[in-house]
Amino acid sequence: MTETGAWVRVCAIEDIPLLGARVLERDSGDGIALFRPAPARVFALADRCPHRGGPLSQGIVSGDTVTCPLHGWNIGLDSGQACAPDVGCVRRYPVQLRDGEVWLSLLPVAQAAEEAAA
Amino acid sequence: MRKPRLVVVGNGMAGIRTLEELLKLAPGMYDITVFGAEPHPNYNRILLSPVLAGEQDFDDIVLNPLSWYAEHGITLHLGKEVTRIDRVQRKVVAADGTEAEYDRLLLATGSLPFILPVPGKDLKGVIGYRDMHDTRTMIETARVKKHAVVIGGGLLGLEAANGLKLRGMQVTVVHLAGWLLERQLDPVAGALLEKSLRERGLDFRLNTSTTEIVGNDAGEVAAVRFSDGSEIPAELVVMAAGIRPNTALAQAAGIHCDRGIVVNDTLQTYDPRVYAVGECASHRGVAYGLVAPLFEQARICADHLATWGIGIYRGSAVSTKLKVTGIDLFSAGDFMGGEGSEEIVLSDPAGGVYKKLVIRDDRLVGACLYGDTADGAWYFRQIKDGSVVGDRRDTLAFGETALGESGTAGQDRAATMADADEVCGCNGVCKGTIVKAVREQDLFTVDEVKKHTKAASSCGSCTGLVEQILMNCLGSNFQETPKTKAVCGCTTLSHGEVRQAIREHHLVSHAQAYAFMEWRTPNGCATCRPAINYYMLSTWPREAVDDPQSRFINERAHANIQKDGTFSVVPQMKGGVTNPSELRRIADVADKYAIPMVKVTGGQRIDLLGVRKEDLVGVWRDLGMKSGHAYGKSIRTVKTCVGSEFCRFGTQDSTRMGIELETMLANMWSPHKVKLAVSGCPRNCAESGIKDVGIIAVESGWEIHVGGNGGIRTEVARFLCKVATSDEVKEYVGAFLQLYREEAYYLDRTVHYIARVGLDYVKQKVVEDAANRRALYERLLYALEGLPDPWAARVAGTQAREYQPLKLDRQIAVALED
Repeated sequence: MTETGAWVRVCAIEDIPLLGARVLERDSGDGIALFRPAPARVFALADRCPHRGGPLSQGIVSGDTVTCPLHGWNIGLDSGQACAPDVGCVRRYPVQLRDGEVWLSLLPVAQAAEEAAA
Repeated sequence: MRKPRLVVVGNGMAGIRTLEELLKLAPGMYDITVFGAEPHPNYNRILLSPVLAGEQDFDDIVLNPLSWYAEHGITLHLGKEVTRIDRVQRKVVAADGTEAEYDRLLLATGSLPFILPVPGKDLKGVIGYRDMHDTRTMIETARVKKHAVVIGGGLLGLEAANGLKLRGMQVTVVHLAGWLLERQLDPVAGALLEKSLRERGLDFRLNTSTTEIVGNDAGEVAAVRFSDGSEIPAELVVMAAGIRPNTALAQAAGIHCDRGIVVNDTLQTYDPRVYAVGECASHRGVAYGLVAPLFEQARICADHLATWGIGIYRGSAVSTKLKVTGIDLFSAGDFMGGEGSEEIVLSDPAGGVYKKLVIRDDRLVGACLYGDTADGAWYFRQIKDGSVVGDRRDTLAFGETALGESGTAGQDRAATMADADEVCGCNGVCKGTIVKAVREQDLFTVDEVKKHTKAASSCGSCTGLVEQILMNCLGSNFQETPKTKAVCGCTTLSHGEVRQAIREHHLVSHAQAYAFMEWRTPNGCATCRPAINYYMLSTWPREAVDDPQSRFINERAHANIQKDGTFSVVPQMKGGVTNPSELRRIADVADKYAIPMVKVTGGQRIDLLGVRKEDLVGVWRDLGMKSGHAYGKSIRTVKTCVGSEFCRFGTQDSTRMGIELETMLANMWSPHKVKLAVSGCPRNCAESGIKDVGIIAVESGWEIHVGGNGGIRTEVARFLCKVATSDEVKEYVGAFLQLYREEAYYLDRTVHYIARVGLDYVKQKVVEDAANRRALYERLLYALEGLPDPWAARVAGTQAREYQPLKLDRQIAVALED
């Protein structure tokens, strides 16, 4: 698979509410949550809180974090890491903004790095 | 660009706490240098008494090991006493010649023991009790000498005396006043304390002043002579007659001092580059000698050093505890009472228990507890909150136990709990976990315990217990929750201040609100955004813009999120009354959408559980019923009994009354959920006694009760008034709820609101002042008029995106995922 082939157009940036999120459904595996913390910024995380699996896409987005709707864990959007003192992390997906369109790679970040190294 | 330089003089608790707070707010902002006169890293001075008593070692009480300074790039000069401040060249000079230049200077020089000006005060063996050196001297002296005299029967003196006694010395405490701890205890409690300390072998001389300390030929202390001419042998004299702020350095530098170094509400001295915190500082004429105020000062001072410039220090309420193992005493506020105040006293001298509560203007203003201090934190909270005592007066002296809570297995005394006992029933946290976290992670506040252990972070019913555990672990090191708590970390403003700003400055949008109130974060957080959203909507109805992204998911999606990410749907069923057509549609919807559970709720409605989010709009369309708002900080339901239409006991048509109220209040947002009930007779089948508004019909009209709650802590609703007609019920209930909507803090139920303002205030606004009542009622109707049913709006297309997941083109998806 070529590198560019892994990228797929998901939606226009305006389709994601500002300070909000949309969830991308997939036939297999968890959904991917797309967050828009600022007008021209977008992040993609697996839609599953490391705590008890809550849907992060339904949380409140503020600054660069999202607060899980189930038990209030805060997850960093750019790192996927839970904010201290909670410990845990969520799979991140490479995401890009090209001409107002959101492009996503379905290979999670760590996995992509490993494959590149191999 | 060079970083600004911050020099801290004083390596004690206040100075280093300020640095810790500063590093949290603005890490790396300053080049930091710390001077400490003692050769130790920062330790917990409060725990010197347990060290003296042999209960802890020095290593146990170190707060910041040397590695902490290194990690944060702090230059540390230990054992170097700063002797001069050169304010012109902006540098400090230590006794050994070490210099450090500053852009900002923080003085945290602490205090010195007050040494009585009597002959012999400079003899060998006469010491103060302030630091590790004094403590070690005492420990070593106790090994070889027999007789000790402690001058001063205050907290410090008694702790010193107790420690020396445990180390084998014969100890006499000399005290000027007529009873021990005269600043913390009243005479009765002081006498109880004296009795139990005498039983431990301490000797006392009260109402006695020291005139001379007698030396021997070697220049060592040999005896102490008193004003009545008597004399007792002494080989060690500990001066614990008080402390005085250490201001010598500041004074020599020409910085204005009175009792201490004079600081303003931002902890700044008269030299704007120089700040002072801790025992050396004098704020509004008060120099504090306890740790909790120092920590508050540290927080505010750090805020200003970090150039956030928001916090204001307004002084502290203080409470004290004696750290003598096995003796429990606690006092806070104005515990002496006097004119204009009332006292509740519970005295059991034989059992060694004494409690005195001082009440003024129906508010608790002081407490003095001896022997049973488990409720100390609870009383202290009420003193600080200034909450109204009201009819809790009868049970107040029995403490928090008398109130009852759910979810803590009936436990209410932290001290008697075993480590394995559960404290937080929501998150399964036991006492041992909390104690361990407090000790190992150096936690000082309930908020920190919440973050680290999750205890008290869900329903909050165990907050009091957690506070007690924290208090037991920390002694007087305990840092109480500040009186006016900031809404969240994004601001220092309290809920009351935020409400006021929104009202007075006509703030109607989030951007406007954050900019005007100088929020620290660009768009708030999950705690403050929903609160601000509510405050704007309730203050400026039809003007403020409701921001869905500032609402919790339940209110954004108008359904209740479940643990698996599905939702529950509860259609409105006014007064619990339904009909065959609605029931048929509910059944059809449950079949069509394969809804896994259909349940009757406690609020007399039907709950459809396990609905997928993308099905919500379809479910609502097919139901053709209105939202029951079972998901929001809003009106929930009006529970009713059958009433006079069918029931042989019913005195009024309670069902119709309930339906009318639910119709009137439809779509009403509020600070927290609001539940109502209408019962047709005093048998109260609709459980009106535990509702925010409970109405009970009697033959001659309707009784209105408010502030009930069936949740975490069962609260019985209190009688507001009795009215004759159903129109009056609507007006009085509407006015009460509007008052609550306008004045309560976000997430306070009616019971919390009434506890804060007092039922008399509510009665005055709603019952006695007829014009005000009508105005409130009209404002409620104005705010509710024309609000759309949220489900109908979404069926018509509002917020459609919220319910639609994004999908990839199927072929692309398959290709990519293979």
